[in-house]
Amino acid sequence: MGILDVKDVNKRFGGLKALSEVNLSVQENTVHAIIGPNGAGKSTLLNCLVGKLIPDTGSVMFDGQSVLGRKPFEINQMGISRVFQTPEIFGDLTVMENMMIPLFAKRDGVFRLHAIESVENEATLRERAEAMLSDVNMLEKRNMHSASMSRGDKRRLEMAMCLVQEPRLLLLDEPTAGMARADTNNTIDLLKEIKEKRDITMCIIEHDMHVVFSLADRITVLAQGTPLVEDIPANIKGHPKVQEAYLGEHA
Amino acid sequence: MFGLGKKDFTLFLIVAVLALFAPFILNPFPTDSGLAQFNAGYPDLMQRFVIFGILAIGFNILFGLTGYLSFGHAAFLGVGSYAAVWMFKLLSMNVIPAILLSMIVAGLFAVVIGYVSLRRSGIYFSILTLAFAQMSYNLAYSVLTPITNGETGLQITLDDPRVLGVSATADGGIPVTNLFGMEMRSFETLVLGPWEFQFSVGYYLAAIIMLISFYVAIRIFRSPFGMMLRAIKSNQNRLYYTGLNARPYTLAAFVISGMYAGLAGGLLACMDPLAGAERMQWTASGEVVLMTILGGAGTLIGPVLGAGFIKYFENIFSKINDQVVHGWVSFLPDGLEDLVVALIHPFVGKGWHLTLGLLFMLIVIFLPGGLVEGGQRIARRLRRKPAKDDAKSASTTPAE
Repeated sequence: MGILDVKDVNKRFGGLKALSEVNLSVQENTVHAIIGPNGAGKSTLLNCLVGKLIPDTGSVMFDGQSVLGRKPFEINQMGISRVFQTPEIFGDLTVMENMMIPLFAKRDGVFRLHAIESVENEATLRERAEAMLSDVNMLEKRNMHSASMSRGDKRRLEMAMCLVQEPRLLLLDEPTAGMARADTNNTIDLLKEIKEKRDITMCIIEHDMHVVFSLADRITVLAQGTPLVEDIPANIKGHPKVQEAYLGEHA
Repeated sequence: MFGLGKKDFTLFLIVAVLALFAPFILNPFPTDSGLAQFNAGYPDLMQRFVIFGILAIGFNILFGLTGYLSFGHAAFLGVGSYAAVWMFKLLSMNVIPAILLSMIVAGLFAVVIGYVSLRRSGIYFSILTLAFAQMSYNLAYSVLTPITNGETGLQITLDDPRVLGVSATADGGIPVTNLFGMEMRSFETLVLGPWEFQFSVGYYLAAIIMLISFYVAIRIFRSPFGMMLRAIKSNQNRLYYTGLNARPYTLAAFVISGMYAGLAGGLLACMDPLAGAERMQWTASGEVVLMTILGGAGTLIGPVLGAGFIKYFENIFSKINDQVVHGWVSFLPDGLEDLVVALIHPFVGKGWHLTLGLLFMLIVIFLPGGLVEGGQRIARRLRRKPAKDDAKSASTTPAE
């Protein structure tokens, strides 16, 4: 039993079998990578985990509770945060305001109207936001308009927004997609740092082999909607099935 | 001060001073001068300024913060008016219960309309609210005649069963709306040389309520709730994956906004106890949208400015008829005079909509942030340049 258990998940889109018989177990405090060629069903799988899609059959358990049928915001409240392929932040707000919203959300969970009064302990929340920002080296940018930042900074901010909620599972959807080499390496370093400093489980969907092999403790290779193999990185590289399905495509 | 930041407090003070001294500020021309028709300082018009200001402030809480463009706000205005007039008919001519009831009824109405309409966003939300408002308008016009008195509009009559008060005054007249005996329509006139200033009870009541509404709006804008609403406008997807359901927040904003509109409708009825269905028509909803965008959506003072601007045009610009224009250009030779008048004619008097439309286009194209952005640009330019060549640079440098 891992923190996240996916059992016999199937998902069809009309005639297309996007996921068939997917079984996956993510162990607590590890980095689990899911790789696979285009159209392998990586994003479909991720969307099934966060409540955007509901699998046709099968079960998805997080920490012993089913996530199926819950809405994305409810799943977030269970302790799963998600980083998007293109950074999703509140572009009209400043960096600091971006950080406060997940903190208010974490605190309040449900709707509370703080229209006139300020939230109690707002000062404490502010300190936590600032500590988190300094962890990702963005403290000096806290009053910046977040839309005007570089993509790398937006990515950092998005991760900080997710991490400040202290999730138990962080899902990353191609966190380095479309980034320059230097930015990619920065992101890898950042993720390594996060992994060392915090008790957090990460599940990464990634295209970039460099990222996967420098971070992952375990790797699942997905092809045509089915997991081919699941193993430690060292064994994945030379696996004949993987070569055929994934690396072969690149050659 | 009062829980406001320094900047907000200054803004609030400016609005308060403008509102309280409006009878002077809006009457800059002596009564007998030719320019007296540009004076806007009479109670009836000033009341409209502040009441529509309240409506626009409320609309801005919804549109400016969450980005949900409601095209049905006139429905709340109308509902508020009907509720207030019924209160006058049944309970008392005192305005306080009428105002309270108009807010409550509009709020309940907003819960229902908002609950349904907020299932969609963007243009679909706008269309749903528009549909609701038109439904309300048509219902008020036809089916609900027993409540709304249809085409004629709901009025105070001599046989109203007023519980706290009399059906008719001692001399057989219809009682007037009042605040603990102070009649809404009563006013004092101050004559200073050639100037005349009017101070009416109704205007000051409306102005004070506008200031309270403005204060509450500032607090909402600066609160965590306001930040959440701006987050909804900015990126609902992120909010959803941050553990927050946007719906209760948008619904709360919608209801608050609807109550502001109900308050405005109630106040309109307090100044003139009459409620007609045309107050709910879609053109009235569109007017609020125009006011807010013209003044600057999402800014605090913008909607108030926009409301004043449009109401000034509607009431003052529309009174400039051909005769007045002839008076201005009478120094020209006859043929030329007629030509100039013919050219100006479509833009003034009944054609005031044309001028307003052109101005609106210019502002939206060149100042997307509305009048507020215009003010900010002027302020920035004045600050940057030394005082000496201000006038020159303003006329020669093109806009940024």
